[in-house]
Amino acid sequence: MAMAALRREGRRFAPLLTPRPIAAVRSPSLLPEEEVPFGARSISTQIVRNRMKSVKNIQKITKAMKMVAASKLRAIQTKAENSRGLWQPFIALLGDTPSIDVKKNVIVTVSSDKGLCGGINSTSVKVSKGLHKLNSGPDKEPPKYVIVGDKAKVQLVRDSRKDIHLAITELPKIPVNYTQVSVLADDIIKNVEFDALKIVFNKFHSVVSFLPTVSTVLSPEVVEREVESGSSKLGELDSYEIEGGSTRGETLQNLAEFQFSCVLFNAVLENACSEMGARMSAMDSSSRNAGEVLDRLTLTYNRTRQASITTELTEIISGASALEG
Amino acid sequence: MFRQAAKLLRRPVPTSSAAAARPSSRPFSTDLPAAETADAAFVEAWKKVIPNIDPPKTPLSYMQPRPATPSAIPSKLTVNFVLPYASELAAKEVDMVIVPATSGQLGVLPGHVPTIAELKPGLMSVHDGNDVKKYFVSSGFAFIHANSFADIIAVEAVPLEQIDASLVQKGLAEFTQKLNSASTDLEKAEAQIGVEVHSAINSALTG
Repeated sequence: MAMAALRREGRRFAPLLTPRPIAAVRSPSLLPEEEVPFGARSISTQIVRNRMKSVKNIQKITKAMKMVAASKLRAIQTKAENSRGLWQPFIALLGDTPSIDVKKNVIVTVSSDKGLCGGINSTSVKVSKGLHKLNSGPDKEPPKYVIVGDKAKVQLVRDSRKDIHLAITELPKIPVNYTQVSVLADDIIKNVEFDALKIVFNKFHSVVSFLPTVSTVLSPEVVEREVESGSSKLGELDSYEIEGGSTRGETLQNLAEFQFSCVLFNAVLENACSEMGARMSAMDSSSRNAGEVLDRLTLTYNRTRQASITTELTEIISGASALEG
Repeated sequence: MFRQAAKLLRRPVPTSSAAAARPSSRPFSTDLPAAETADAAFVEAWKKVIPNIDPPKTPLSYMQPRPATPSAIPSKLTVNFVLPYASELAAKEVDMVIVPATSGQLGVLPGHVPTIAELKPGLMSVHDGNDVKKYFVSSGFAFIHANSFADIIAVEAVPLEQIDASLVQKGLAEFTQKLNSASTDLEKAEAQIGVEVHSAINSALTG
């Protein structure tokens, strides 16, 4: 609702954002069907007053959105920070392999469902497109996109519609828990064939800054292959004993699935946290901007009013002096 | 006016090699060249293909580097015990942990052989001197590294003293009854899991 109101109001005051706000009031385009009686000498202040009211309303809305984002941020920031330990053991065990060269790459782009949150979604999309470019080659299948969140979908549908394999929107809101994310991860693993999953998200750093990040999850077959080929990153895995009744392949399969759910859980939380931070700063700057517009409008309004008073006074005085003389 | 400030702050700190190439931009004394944490091959490839966007970070750059395997066996085991919603133990040095692996309870002392263990519902205990902290874990993985680091990831874990024994008995009875009355395979499997978890909690509480 707030967004619709903002859009409506924004359209109304868009002409006011011209660099010459004072001259703008006198421009004829701004006095459309205002009923000015013939021979009226004062300029009507009605339009400016209306604009001031609408700008004030916008400011109220953006301020409220900022407050909401701030309170949500506080709740989710602790959650995101607590979940940061979750992926570290996997990196310690399997290493970090963003440059791995495999056939089937799947890019999981984590974004938000709602807009008005600065550049975090377009950053994710840009990084995802970069990864797509980086991982496409003549001997590889074109990378596929799996999109979490509405906004990245909207941006990627435009030019990479054929590469989008799965799009998940309407992720449950703030109380997102591990169970929900693991169901989602399960869904992705079952529906998409992959050799390497690249998860793109914005890691929360501070309210004004977030870091685009790529996490890599390899499929069990690729892990097996890398271990056998004895590459430096995964070579150590061979020295690990596998405890349990199941075979090595089964354990690696479980491990990969568990890793993906853990990484995705952290990614979703971090991205939600960055979203709130970005929305907070975006709304802060737009309420500040609305304040500036309001100041300019008030100045215009007062000047016009003063000008009409001065005109009237001059007319009265000159009329009186004409009678005397 | 401050619109670009965030971008400026995000600018990567010049590393020593970059600073040497451009002597005019002297780094601050606080900008110490960090240890190589990113995957150099990835950064290189990214810069070649997409030169106008900074390469994204990789998780490795957020990690504390782990020490190399020492030649002598250290006296303590460093344990990380993480849950999705909390880090229960972060790099805590203890004498021993016992984890419920699928093949049975697995005691881990410093200098344990590197192991990957799947966990089943059961009792996990952390021994530090005379202190014993007991948790009931639902499932997860335990990685034991050669450098006497143990990482334990569990989906859910509760300190044992927070479990209500009477509720466990009640749940056990309920699931046993469900198991007997189950008609489909799915119901049976669900009831079986319930019975197993509850009897594992029960034996952890009594044992």
